[in-house]
Amino acid sequence: MLERVKSIRDALTRTRQAAFGRVATLLGATEITPEFWDELEALLIQADLGVETTADILEKAKAHVKREGIIRTDALKSVLKAELRAMLVTAEPLDLTTDDLRVVLIVGTNGSGKTTSIAKLAAWFKGQGRSVLLAAADTFRAAAGDQLDVWADRAGVPVIGGQPGSDPGAIVYDALQAAQSRKVNVVLIDTAGRLHTKFNLMQELKKVRNVTAKAAAGAPHETWLVLDGTTGQNALAQAQQFKAAVEVTGVIITKLDGTAKGGMVFAVSHQLQLPIRFIATGEKLGDIALFDAAAFVDGLFE
Amino acid sequence: MFDNLTGKLQEVFKKLSKRGKLSEADVDEGLREVRLALLEADVNFKVVKEFLARVRVRAVGVEVSEALNPAQQVIKIVHEELLTTLGTAAPLDLSGPSPHVIMLVGLQGSGKTTTAAKLAVRLRSIGNRPLLVAADTYRPAAVAQLETLGKQLNVPVHSEGVGKAPPEICSNGLKKAREQAYSVVVLDTAGRLAIDDQMMAELEAIKQITKPNEVLLVSDAMTGQDAVRTAEEFHRRVGLTGLILTKVDGDARGGAAISIRSVTGVPIKFMGIGEKTDALEVFHPDRLASRILGMGDMLTLIEKAQENFDQDEAAKAAQKMMEARFDMEDFLQQLQQVKKLGPISGLLDMIPGLGGMKQQVDPQQAEAQMKRIEAIINSMTPDERHRPDILNGGRKRRIARGSGTTVQDVNQLLREFREMQKMMKQFSSGKGRGLANMFRGH
Repeated sequence: MLERVKSIRDALTRTRQAAFGRVATLLGATEITPEFWDELEALLIQADLGVETTADILEKAKAHVKREGIIRTDALKSVLKAELRAMLVTAEPLDLTTDDLRVVLIVGTNGSGKTTSIAKLAAWFKGQGRSVLLAAADTFRAAAGDQLDVWADRAGVPVIGGQPGSDPGAIVYDALQAAQSRKVNVVLIDTAGRLHTKFNLMQELKKVRNVTAKAAAGAPHETWLVLDGTTGQNALAQAQQFKAAVEVTGVIITKLDGTAKGGMVFAVSHQLQLPIRFIATGEKLGDIALFDAAAFVDGLFE
Repeated sequence: MFDNLTGKLQEVFKKLSKRGKLSEADVDEGLREVRLALLEADVNFKVVKEFLARVRVRAVGVEVSEALNPAQQVIKIVHEELLTTLGTAAPLDLSGPSPHVIMLVGLQGSGKTTTAAKLAVRLRSIGNRPLLVAADTYRPAAVAQLETLGKQLNVPVHSEGVGKAPPEICSNGLKKAREQAYSVVVLDTAGRLAIDDQMMAELEAIKQITKPNEVLLVSDAMTGQDAVRTAEEFHRRVGLTGLILTKVDGDARGGAAISIRSVTGVPIKFMGIGEKTDALEVFHPDRLASRILGMGDMLTLIEKAQENFDQDEAAKAAQKMMEARFDMEDFLQQLQQVKKLGPISGLLDMIPGLGGMKQQVDPQQAEAQMKRIEAIINSMTPDERHRPDILNGGRKRRIARGSGTTVQDVNQLLREFREMQKMMKQFSSGKGRGLANMFRGH
């Protein structure tokens, strides 16, 4: 377990060093000059924070500098940290003790990493002493069900699926029936990837959600959007549309083991008031960790 | 936010006179807006900087012409420079002896496997015998995914499960292609991080063994600032020959394409534009340039309209609209003209600011709705078309029977038609709300 945490730390350190490490260097003990602001802007934008968020952060930082008479860049560090942290919505911790069934619907665009993330989540919940069942409701993408089967096998959790092309709603229904009779703690529902701009596919997703709601009391208890960490400004549009369609309650950021910085989480979390739940970093079952906003922001300045 | 760059620039240049030269100060002020638009479109920060420097050199001192105002002038230069940066569409290199090898590389989830299948279909349609090779032995069921797609599309797939090393599988695939006279081999490799040395070395090995004509980077149109680093690294390690941009059917602006083009210099070959296996389009630099600038694709729309619209008919209809004499017959003709322009979803994409309407309007329902409207009007007598007011219960029942619809459908059309007439009166008095409601369906 410790090993896993360490590997995620290592992976994220790479991200930090690539982007925010430079912010830290920039924030060494020097005086604040006009060039400093330019460079800070460049770094934030290159971390995918986006034009608007970057401008917002810079403006706030400048206001602090003026109000508090800050003249050295190292003193700015805590100010920037606080502002960035304030943008990330804090979530109620997940209830990992209840005996009631908890259903999590996983949604996202094609290739964002839903299936892999579900496998990792299954392993994570299992590690927390929860019993888990997977619903393979992506019946569209070729062999998506097979992919989940392989992962379920590795994680040692049961999976309920159906024929390719069959109705995802029916699979969800079956899975929730099974979960209730087997007294399972957590059901994770894998859905087909879809671009948020596809009206029909978003309608279909709403239907899947409705079936979920009818098949178990209070379900889905959580709906998590899987966002590809290498995505740029489109992440906000994705989150907006998915939230509007299926009431997304949280976000999972994937692929943060490369050099991408995932800076769009700030705008997504802040503007849509969505907490980031997990960070996923690699191709192994253990490559997932609860998102810790404070640590994430602290890490930017290590 | 930057959906209308032209409008923003017009604001910036409003105070300028219509004549004279563009001064440095004018240009700089305009380019500030361009910079924001490019950054919002995910063009890499450094690439934007270099790009604007080139535009600046070209724009300062330019004579403001009679035809274009300063804003348009700057847009024109920006647009031209974007086109230069994006380059022209390059065909696949299928020169030399067959089998030709096309190797697809990229990050996890960029769409390699789907693209491999689409590419095979495309190659077959131009007379090739493609063979797909399943060389992703890492992602669970990636091999099964390609096999399933191959079966669906009736394209043969060479696979050896996940027990063998990918370079060996590729080598065997190529051997099979030679023996069985396949003309093109498409290698579907595993997704990998550009910084993963071992995995990149594997790609180098595959390249060395198969000597591909093309090494294409498959890149997600939604990628952010990191696109540059990924592309640079792939290019450095395996020598890319082209780019395929995927998920272009979303609403991402696709600035990553400029970034990748700038740092690698390789041409963009195709764009993936949908879930269906034929949804692979040859790259159109002008379309992408307009999209990156958030200007929609009015050029294509205007061209299409010019090709397909009967100018006289259109003028007559417009005249009637202004005079509010527009009847069902005119409406039918308008519908038929609009239909000639292609699917509604495509049209919405091309009109600046209307792309977002796709979230409110279901294009497929809209098309079904158009068909229903046509059927209803076709079931009316000429007299009824000219004077819809004469439609009573009996006539409506007859029309519903004739068009395979219900009286409610007929009533709804009439209601919407009257709404539209009202709208037209507003249009002619300068106020309008657009066609959104008309196509909202049920």
